[in-house]
Amino acid sequence: MSKTIEEINRKIREGKAVVFTAEEIIGVVREKGLERAAAEVDVVTTGTFGPMCSSGAYFNIGHSKPRIKLGGGRVYLNDVPAYGGFAAADVMIGANALPDDDPRNRVHPGEFNYGGGHVIEELVAGRDVKLVAQAYGTDCYPRKKLETWINIKDLNEAVLFNMRNSYQNYNVAVNLSDKAIYTYMGTLKPNMGNITYCSAGQLSPLLNDPLYKTIGIGTRIFLGGGTGYVAWPGTQFNPGVPRTESGVPKRGAGTLAVIGDLKQMNPRYLMGASMLGYGVTLSVGIGVPIPILNEEILKFTTVTDDDIFAAVIDYSSVYPEVKPDIVAEVSYGQLRSGKVVINGREIPTGSLSSYPRAREIASTLKEWITAGKFELSQAVEALPDPDSGVKFKLLNERPINGDRL
Amino acid sequence: MTITTKKIALRFPRHLVDRPVVYHLIKEYNLELNILKASISSEEGHMVLELRGERADFDKGIDYLTRTGLIIDTLCREVTRNEDRCTDCGACVTVCPASSFTVDPHTREVVFDEEKCIVCGLCILSCPSRSMELHF
Ligand code: SF4
Ligand code: SF4
Repeated sequence: MSKTIEEINRKIREGKAVVFTAEEIIGVVREKGLERAAAEVDVVTTGTFGPMCSSGAYFNIGHSKPRIKLGGGRVYLNDVPAYGGFAAADVMIGANALPDDDPRNRVHPGEFNYGGGHVIEELVAGRDVKLVAQAYGTDCYPRKKLETWINIKDLNEAVLFNMRNSYQNYNVAVNLSDKAIYTYMGTLKPNMGNITYCSAGQLSPLLNDPLYKTIGIGTRIFLGGGTGYVAWPGTQFNPGVPRTESGVPKRGAGTLAVIGDLKQMNPRYLMGASMLGYGVTLSVGIGVPIPILNEEILKFTTVTDDDIFAAVIDYSSVYPEVKPDIVAEVSYGQLRSGKVVINGREIPTGSLSSYPRAREIASTLKEWITAGKFELSQAVEALPDPDSGVKFKLLNERPINGDRL
Repeated sequence: MTITTKKIALRFPRHLVDRPVVYHLIKEYNLELNILKASISSEEGHMVLELRGERADFDKGIDYLTRTGLIIDTLCREVTRNEDRCTDCGACVTVCPASSFTVDPHTREVVFDEEKCIVCGLCILSCPSRSMELHF
């Protein structure tokens, strides 16, 4: 029994689509069996919410009178440097950008209370944001200085763009050294005092479609509370990692580059985040629908936290020094129980991504589809699969000064 | 009758270090108390107490402390959670030395138990959305 996306969309339009979240589908298939469930279920929705670096937003501020050419000049939003090197009136801001006067890690660990991620959150929340720009002035764009409030409702286009997020599995972090360390995986206590992880596991989009059978370029998704699209394979896409028998990667593998209208979004699903001693970033909410075209695809969506394994990495030395060693391999089921046992010791676990909010996103997407408000799209191009030969490479450093240094 | 629980940080000037303050709080003012932290240096003594009792007794107890000449550094300082900003991520759970945060096994929401908090402040900067707040 197989279906097409067009058939599913017809059911969505008629209000007859049968939709479950990636969490609910586990029980449904257990009860009905794969064959019957595949015939009955049309869509499984996934969700994830957590800090995702590589996020940014771009927009067009419109033309000032007289005109100013931001390209080649300097642009600040709420004192956070933004990038204006495109043309006259387009500005891009990255989630990790910091005000020039932020002390950073001068007194370690730095607090990083405000940066690009927070500017994006404030824009989305509809608050006025201060834009200050300097330009060099041309005959057609004579103005050299601009200081103004901007508001998302007045921007011509406001777009969220993430080069890499929604990681398909990820490292689990510990600290084997004898002092606390402050990382993008949170505060890690000395001597393996705690363990942190960051994935929605059984709810996470790419863990429910581990071989990229349905999610591809052009897939329509829930993004930050609005509608978005998968734009491209995310950066650092690395499909050829070790996988379980059912294809679930045991290391960080695929990622998604996504794009969407910032004006539709909501700060509940797009929130500035501060990582002590590390920097600022943006927590992003993403939900991806998986069309149940056949039994095989349905089977992938029944993955549970107990079937997903990740590598525990020492962030005091192995991670920064890029060594291959791992401390252990643990399942998300174990991680979510609140403690894992490593070398006979019980280590308390903490998460950085929000499971309740991932669940909320998957449910919201389910509601949208059930209510006929969200149709599925056919991917126009597949993401590179494990046999594609696509591989993440480390930097091949070549000294600029050769041997003369 | 309202029962209040408050935490206070006390500073004992050198000449008051040997006063049986705690004894009086219990005996005369019916306050239940928990010593969360106590230290003494050559200059002065420090103590963080959690007091529990009837509002009226509590106020009288505080009055007694002030009259004795103790310096109340941070009366009623407390850590609260801004529920609008908390995303239930769990980054605070293993950071807190007092186990004030627990994950509900069903909803997987992160529950904050103010009663357990010893106001160490560690969660404040460890929370990515900065939802833990210190109040005086
Ligand atoms: S202030 Fe300290 S004791 Fe209180 S909740 Fe935060 S980490 Fe726990
Ligand atoms: S770290 Fe902050 S946002 Fe996350 S659960 Fe704790 S209080 Fe909530």
